[in-house]
Amino acid sequence: MSVPSLSGSGRWLGLRHRGAAAAEVDDAGPILTVEGLTVALPKGADRPLAVDNASLELRRGEILCVVGESGSGKSALSGAIMGAPAPGLRVAGGSVRLRGQELTRLSERAWCRIRGNRIAMIFQEPMAALNPAIPVGRQIMEVFELHDRKLTLSERRERALALLESMQLPDPERIFASYPHQLSGGQCQRVIVAMALAMSPEVLIADEPTTALDVTTQAQVLKLIRELRTIRGHAILFITHDFGVVAEIADRIAVMRHGCIIEVGVARDVLTQPQHPYTRELLAAVPSLVPPSDPGLVAAASKPVLAVTGLKKSYGRVNAVNEISFDLERGTTLSIVGESGCGKSSLARLIVRLTEPTAGRVDVNGKCFLTLTGAELRTSCRAVQMIFQDPFGSLNPLRRVGAVIARAAMLAGADRHTARDRAGELIDRVGLPREALERRPAAFSGGQKQRIGIARALAMNPDVLIADESLSALDASSQAQILALLRKLQNELGLAILLITHDLRVAAQISHRIAVMQAGRIVEIGPAARVINSPEHAYTRELLDSAPGRGLV
Amino acid sequence: MSVGWLKSLTRPTAATGALLVGGWLVVALLSHMLAPYDPFHSMVPLMSPGALAPDGGTFWLGTDSLGRDVLSRLIYGARTVIVVATVATMTAYAVGVSTGLLAGYFRGRVDMILSFFANVILSFPVLVLYLVIIVALGASAANVVLAVTFGSAPAIFRIVRALTIDLRGRDFIAAAITQGESTWRILLVEILPNSSAALLVDFCLRLGYSAITMGVLGFLGLGLPPPTPDWGGMVNEGRTLAFAFPHLVLFPCLAISSLVLGLSLLADGLRQPAARVRRVA
Repeated sequence: MSVPSLSGSGRWLGLRHRGAAAAEVDDAGPILTVEGLTVALPKGADRPLAVDNASLELRRGEILCVVGESGSGKSALSGAIMGAPAPGLRVAGGSVRLRGQELTRLSERAWCRIRGNRIAMIFQEPMAALNPAIPVGRQIMEVFELHDRKLTLSERRERALALLESMQLPDPERIFASYPHQLSGGQCQRVIVAMALAMSPEVLIADEPTTALDVTTQAQVLKLIRELRTIRGHAILFITHDFGVVAEIADRIAVMRHGCIIEVGVARDVLTQPQHPYTRELLAAVPSLVPPSDPGLVAAASKPVLAVTGLKKSYGRVNAVNEISFDLERGTTLSIVGESGCGKSSLARLIVRLTEPTAGRVDVNGKCFLTLTGAELRTSCRAVQMIFQDPFGSLNPLRRVGAVIARAAMLAGADRHTARDRAGELIDRVGLPREALERRPAAFSGGQKQRIGIARALAMNPDVLIADESLSALDASSQAQILALLRKLQNELGLAILLITHDLRVAAQISHRIAVMQAGRIVEIGPAARVINSPEHAYTRELLDSAPGRGLV
Repeated sequence: MSVGWLKSLTRPTAATGALLVGGWLVVALLSHMLAPYDPFHSMVPLMSPGALAPDGGTFWLGTDSLGRDVLSRLIYGARTVIVVATVATMTAYAVGVSTGLLAGYFRGRVDMILSFFANVILSFPVLVLYLVIIVALGASAANVVLAVTFGSAPAIFRIVRALTIDLRGRDFIAAAITQGESTWRILLVEILPNSSAALLVDFCLRLGYSAITMGVLGFLGLGLPPPTPDWGGMVNEGRTLAFAFPHLVLFPCLAISSLVLGLSLLADGLRQPAARVRRVA
């Protein structure tokens, strides 16, 4: 048997490849069969079943994408297939067969011989899946220790190195000896993939493996996973909420909603001719890279409400934010796009003075904002308000929503009575029921919490709204709704919006202008359509090329 | 949340704790009705438990070397211990929470100075610290409170500081800052309530420590001045005669243990719902 090498180094030939050998016997039949799998949620959950009667087949050399929004049961499904349902969940019925062998009734001991050996998993948070106290090379060797005791120490080392090499990692010897914190997220994820591949498993389960990564890194990891399928013939179950990623990678697609698989089919069919209305809804919610032809530009002749000039923040010799300048006019949206670590969030924090800049100027309504202190700052900060990234951290868990919004209105100068009225009016405005005022944040979903965050910001009557990655933690459909809400509020109130995002699609949807940021600097700024259709800077082009699912519009 | 705490009282550990603590609370509140004799009145010295009193009653737990009824002194002692320990713990909390909030919120120089003082106090052997304070200022209820405050406040400071540092990084604090909220309100409305679950558990435990500290001080003769009925002081007074009359030492010791055990069990019972609240937060 010959297994083509991924890296071309030929060291792969030393690895046994049971998957390939067995595949010659029954290549046509499915490797993994899931039939009527049902997973029960604990009593008191919002629905009785996490996974309801799910049936799937996974063949050799195939990537099956399971798509669904958060809470659709896709992770419960993968957990159940791995024989490790999340705490509180219980497999209530159905069968999972690996080449005909029933898995659901296996003992924990028997499972240990299968997990990591015949079925392996790739996780969402690569940093969290690695032990921070052990060099990554040793962690790969551990897999051999668990499943193949016959190998000598030097053989294990050699194989671990070969795996790292095949992951297209630069300088595998160095990576082998590195601790996880010395590697980037993308490198860590490739180490995880290497670990998963150590025993040449027949089935790979990847649960949102690229969600925590930057677009350019995501593109590389997706390419790697595609190669695993084509060259080495793994069967891959890929779980994601991102239709862009699906379009990029899937051979077949299963769409999940409320624990049920509502549509399964070949990727092209599902993407172009979705049968189920929910699939159509999900696809419609995917923001496209084509900017709307007329974003309703308000006459830009007016004086800018927010003017940033030469803003700079240094930490020692590192410039997190370096000489940033831009203007933002009333009723317009400027998006700052860049990968994590480019300094875009630092920029937002500098503008609202959560951190003090090293140099530069911020003018709000023509008045210098950075020199204000004490009471003067407290009254002026009304003009620039922020919506935060993490819907869970941005609301005090103990305070009722109504009290939070009313308090913001009072800080803007309203008395107790009008503040309460204003809270009610704002909660209508952001599209939540009045009862929401009496509840605490835990009672809301991520998208609803972001709406509350928007209402809180609006209570201050701001001129500028800064949204710092406020959409990145949300599902595509909630994202689309919040985007629509922001656009509506902008039209009604003439808000200037500074949208900070890593996602060019989101930026394309709402922006009048787009600024691309790299390593603390703005490398390109211009009208949205111009930046997206004819990017000038190489980095902008790279970002555009990495955006997953370009074919999907 | 409060429902969770109430529910936790139905678990056996928490229920046992609540029963013990509640029992002592009732005894402390109703001392004057429950005590069969005046705790200061000398009658027949060194009677064994169960002996008949001259007035026809019974010394259920015997009498001490001055002829005072041990049971009555124990009952009044509950009042002393609970009042002084609670006041002392609350004073320690007032100091520890306020300094901890400031240090955790402002960090920088404020934190450096406050943490330095906390570490200096913590590096002292506690007993030596108590000795110094009481010897220098004299034995009185107020000085016992002072000693306990000195001993406990640095530990509370550290807990509150760590909780504040964690909460300080959350976005809802950033939101309050960008809305021009005053620092006092941020500390008292946004941060403190979010650490209250962990602090409640610690308060229960620390109340127990304070009771032990009072016992230790009393035993060393540094506690409340005689003839105040005080459990630690009773052990000290009975110490020399303990071989012949073990009841002098045994009953006050049992009283201290049962109160502290009750508080620990209660804290344990509260810990689980508190941990859940923290996770949600």
